[in-house]
Amino acid sequence: MAFFLEALFGGLMAGMLYALVALGFVLIFKASGVFNFAQGAMVLFAALAMARFSEWIPGWLGIQDKFFGNLIAFVLSAAIMFVLAWLIERLVLRHLVNQEGVTLLMATLGITYFLDGLGQTIFGSDIYKIDVGMPKDPVFLFDSVFPGGVLVNLEDVYAACIAALLVVVLSLFFQKTSTGRALRAVADDHQAAQSIGIPLNRIWVIVWFVAGITALVAGIIWGSKMGVQFSLTTVALRALPVIILGGLTSVPGAIIGGLIIGVGEKLSEVYLGPYVGGGIEIWFAYVLALVFLLFRPQGLFGEKIIDRV
Amino acid sequence: MFYRENGQFKTSYRSDQQIFAIAQDRWAILALIAFAFVGVPFIADEYMFRAILIPFLILSLAALGVNILVGYCGQISLGSGAFMAVGAYMAYNTYIRIEGMPLIVALLAGGFFATLVGMFFGIPSLRVKGLYLAVATLAAQFFCDWAFLRVGWFTNNNASGSVSVSNLNAFGWAIDTPLEKYLFCLVFLVVFGLLAKNLVRSAIGREWMAIRDMDVAAAVIGIRPVYAKLSAFAVSSFIVGVAGALWGFVHLGSWEPAAFSIDRSFQLLFMVIIGGMGSIMGSFFGAAFIVVLPIFLNQFLPWAGDLVGVSISTAAVSHTEFMIFGALIVWFLIVEPHGLAKLWSVAKQKLRLWPFPH
Repeated sequence: MAFFLEALFGGLMAGMLYALVALGFVLIFKASGVFNFAQGAMVLFAALAMARFSEWIPGWLGIQDKFFGNLIAFVLSAAIMFVLAWLIERLVLRHLVNQEGVTLLMATLGITYFLDGLGQTIFGSDIYKIDVGMPKDPVFLFDSVFPGGVLVNLEDVYAACIAALLVVVLSLFFQKTSTGRALRAVADDHQAAQSIGIPLNRIWVIVWFVAGITALVAGIIWGSKMGVQFSLTTVALRALPVIILGGLTSVPGAIIGGLIIGVGEKLSEVYLGPYVGGGIEIWFAYVLALVFLLFRPQGLFGEKIIDRV
Repeated sequence: MFYRENGQFKTSYRSDQQIFAIAQDRWAILALIAFAFVGVPFIADEYMFRAILIPFLILSLAALGVNILVGYCGQISLGSGAFMAVGAYMAYNTYIRIEGMPLIVALLAGGFFATLVGMFFGIPSLRVKGLYLAVATLAAQFFCDWAFLRVGWFTNNNASGSVSVSNLNAFGWAIDTPLEKYLFCLVFLVVFGLLAKNLVRSAIGREWMAIRDMDVAAAVIGIRPVYAKLSAFAVSSFIVGVAGALWGFVHLGSWEPAAFSIDRSFQLLFMVIIGGMGSIMGSFFGAAFIVVLPIFLNQFLPWAGDLVGVSISTAAVSHTEFMIFGALIVWFLIVEPHGLAKLWSVAKQKLRLWPFPH
């Protein structure tokens, strides 16, 4: 039982992080109809920026305090993500309005290649570490209930809390602010939104920026967990089943989908993996999502798909 | 002036229905094929064959397969790399497990198994479409990557996980020099190219296009979506599977699953989109572009660096390559979203009137 709970907790924590990456996908898809394959590259790019800035800043400004150093690095990285969002809107999206989904998808793949190259050219291509003071010690929970308790990594708990916090902030931003309302309007109908005076281009910059921030947060969390390196880009591929499970257009779907995938992956690896040679995490999530799609094509919370001739 | 069909009267259904209705097209294609068979062997050197021509031929074949699915039937697939892998590994298993198996039969068997796998992973297309389907086909990619890495049977329980074939021969001809490999692939490409060209003009090709343009409307006028979609998956994965088998047997010789990773799927999709969706010709253009561009950048960047007096390190070259490749793709999509085939047809249209403006 304790073993099962451990796996379950591990899955939930991982799921929260998937949800964070998936959120970036969903935000952009909702607002611009672009399936943003570059989300993984953005995670890597943001994490690289963060890692390198926090390394450079003590030398540049003479700030020795780690907290302030990290804070400034975070702000600088966020600024870079903003510039990136602005450039992407200016140079790419603006020219591809009204193109088919697959063309836009390919364009984001182009952006992926570009960002991978750019990030490693500017920031270097070694393995860097991000140290934002996340605790590394494991703790035991429920000592009194089970013999030996349940081993939980405190870092994962913090990460999950940060992710949850970000999700809450984002939903508040979407529901309560006027910008958020404008974003939802654009998501509903581009033309209608434009006709009541919502500037599409500015909205897109904002959305890509918000997605950039979620990428930055995801990058920091994943980066401090496993180091900032090229393999971070694969995180995006791990998050894809999450969005088809949760529905491409649903923020809660991304979170619940993330949790389901996280748990499913972990449990399958633990209980099923040994029989088939292990390493099934990566495709199990996809197959889970696929089977799910067969019964509910629009995902968990996606809008019902209605076909008209 | 030269490219005009005036005076070419069709007097029979047969002549009206030929693949290339315009005589100039017909002659140009025949000349091109003749040149590829006879002319190229004299002018290309070994490097040219190995690095450019053979990959170009095989990847065009794969792009052709992907184009049937994506361009003609409108089902976006990111699992083409997996179907190539199935083709390669199953051809390998057929080749070594059955005594005296002829090479060509083994390659086609690879295509056959790819067809089965492709149809299986095509089943979700009956329920989901568009980008959902694209993500769903990734399941095929990751599953196959895993299976060929972890299941020992596929690699004949080879400890290193890589497989290799040698002493290829077809009808008693040994295929080991680059020139022979080139001709071998060329034969496959020409045969499959003609088959595909004919297929998309036939009833089934028209069904695919109807499904692509609007599947609900197509179903209403009596096209069975199940049949049309699954047949597109089948034909496409067969061609892609044969291409994968060729890639493994002829181009690589020995390979591991990484040769057919998700990057390969993206690469094939790039070829189709840049070449032009729904165009057989486009597949060749796209393959040529994607094969030649990295090689060109690889040669050109250090040279350009020397020119301005900066020596660029290998790592920097590969990063810059990534950047330029990505930027070019985005630029290309912006300038010509319909691909090189569209430019080609515009050029042909202009050529028809030339030198008159109207």
